[in-house]
Amino acid sequence: MNNRKRWLAAPYTVWMAAFIVIPLVLIVYYGLTSNKDGSFTLENILLIAEPINRKALWLALKLSFISTAICLLLAYPLAMILRNRKVGNGSFITMVFMLPMWMNFLLRTIAWQNLLEKTGVINAVLEFLHLPLLNIINTPYAIILGMVYNFLPFMILPIYNTLVKIDQNVINAARDLGANSFQTFLHVMLPLSVPGIISGITMVFVPSLTTFVISKILGGSKIVLIGNVIEQQFKTVNNWNAGSGLSLVLMVFILISMALVNKYDKNSEGAGVW
Amino acid sequence: MVKKWCSNFYIGLMIFFLYAPILVLVVLSFNKSKSRSKWGGFTLQWYERLFSDEEIISALTNTLLIALLSALIATLIGTLAAIGINSMKSGTRTLMMTITNIPMLNAEIVTGISLMLVFVAVNFARGFASVLIGHITFNIPYVILSVMPKLRQTSRVTYEAARDLGASSFMAFVKVVLPDLFPGIFSGFLLSFTMSMDDFVITHFTRGASVHTLSTKIYAEVRKGVKPEMYALSTLLFASVLILLVIINRRDAHQEKLRKE
Repeated sequence: MNNRKRWLAAPYTVWMAAFIVIPLVLIVYYGLTSNKDGSFTLENILLIAEPINRKALWLALKLSFISTAICLLLAYPLAMILRNRKVGNGSFITMVFMLPMWMNFLLRTIAWQNLLEKTGVINAVLEFLHLPLLNIINTPYAIILGMVYNFLPFMILPIYNTLVKIDQNVINAARDLGANSFQTFLHVMLPLSVPGIISGITMVFVPSLTTFVISKILGGSKIVLIGNVIEQQFKTVNNWNAGSGLSLVLMVFILISMALVNKYDKNSEGAGVW
Repeated sequence: MVKKWCSNFYIGLMIFFLYAPILVLVVLSFNKSKSRSKWGGFTLQWYERLFSDEEIISALTNTLLIALLSALIATLIGTLAAIGINSMKSGTRTLMMTITNIPMLNAEIVTGISLMLVFVAVNFARGFASVLIGHITFNIPYVILSVMPKLRQTSRVTYEAARDLGASSFMAFVKVVLPDLFPGIFSGFLLSFTMSMDDFVITHFTRGASVHTLSTKIYAEVRKGVKPEMYALSTLLFASVLILLVIINRRDAHQEKLRKE
């Protein structure tokens, strides 16, 4: 029976080979060949050393690191509150935080332009209250805000999902044995929620690091992230080899950061959002 | 008491943060002024014009069609794959799951670019079909990851009992295993549909010049200003999903109450 069942994965195996594995092989091929004569070269990879590209990568790393940290700081307390309050059921919570996705991602980001502009909604409110005005549109701060806004649900849901699975008896036991609420948090809750934190971090960090849309909409045209550089190589400059080479560098950085994060995941069962 | 108030305030603040831009878009959809930054009075004209704008309607049709087809196909391939992978030896299973995780963990831009390179390499015309293939590719992993946990929860015993009682293996699967898997299959489908509706990056790289979805259309308009009809359309889409979810939630709550009584 099991032998026959295995064949059910056959269509998927073919699909994966054609549309996941071969495409990645092609990126490696393009990245390592010259766009002039197709000979082997490292020049596409070394493009990352050029000042513009190096700065774009460094800025992307910095902004996505900050955004991920902010998301974690905002999401963890929220997930804790939602767990303790037992608000509704799990699917209701998931719904509340997934629902914004039904308003187009680009439009939601454009709406932040409205909120942040010099004459925007937030400044109108601040002016009314006679408070100093906020002037962050077209700066890296606006991009950080856009990243936090867009990816926060992907931090909240995995952490919430691991927290609700923690048995209340485990927490009660810790309290009975004399731990105060802070100690219970530090020694029981936090370690048990590590898988959720890790999956949250990867789900926020990777899209932030590689975005080109948020920086284009909220950063004006002056701020260039590595995602913008790669997108331009494919869509405007039309140097696919250079774009592939830079993508390879980007993938190496993603792999390194994931390896670093996963070091902290001891019982690696992994926890998805879903 | 204070603690409760604080936590309520925090939940409220986070929900406000997530929904504030949506509120802005809804307000803009009723704005008479074409400018994004001026309020020119209340109007419904964008809602009226929306349905006569052929470009927007064709982008909407493409978006919905791609979301529906990609979710259906991904659900079919993904569910079969989950069952197949689950019965593999642990070595092959790990390999398959690692490859399944690639599109979920890899950067969208890389997935999009790499798919585009494949279509160019085999001379596959970029258009509706290439976008559909792209969407199916990033949707399958969501289905597999939704079905897999349910598959682990179903016990072999019920299946074997059905077989002992004379059901063919196909019948036993349809009557016993499938109902157990259904919540996972359904949430995989919904997730795929949502992801596909909201996707921009993969579509951006896999589409040809002729095909637009709502996302790529909005992106093309970012510089010169998004048409207010777009705000109207998004408000309609958002409102219909909201109403649908409220109905489902109410029905669930009602059934829960009946069960308790």
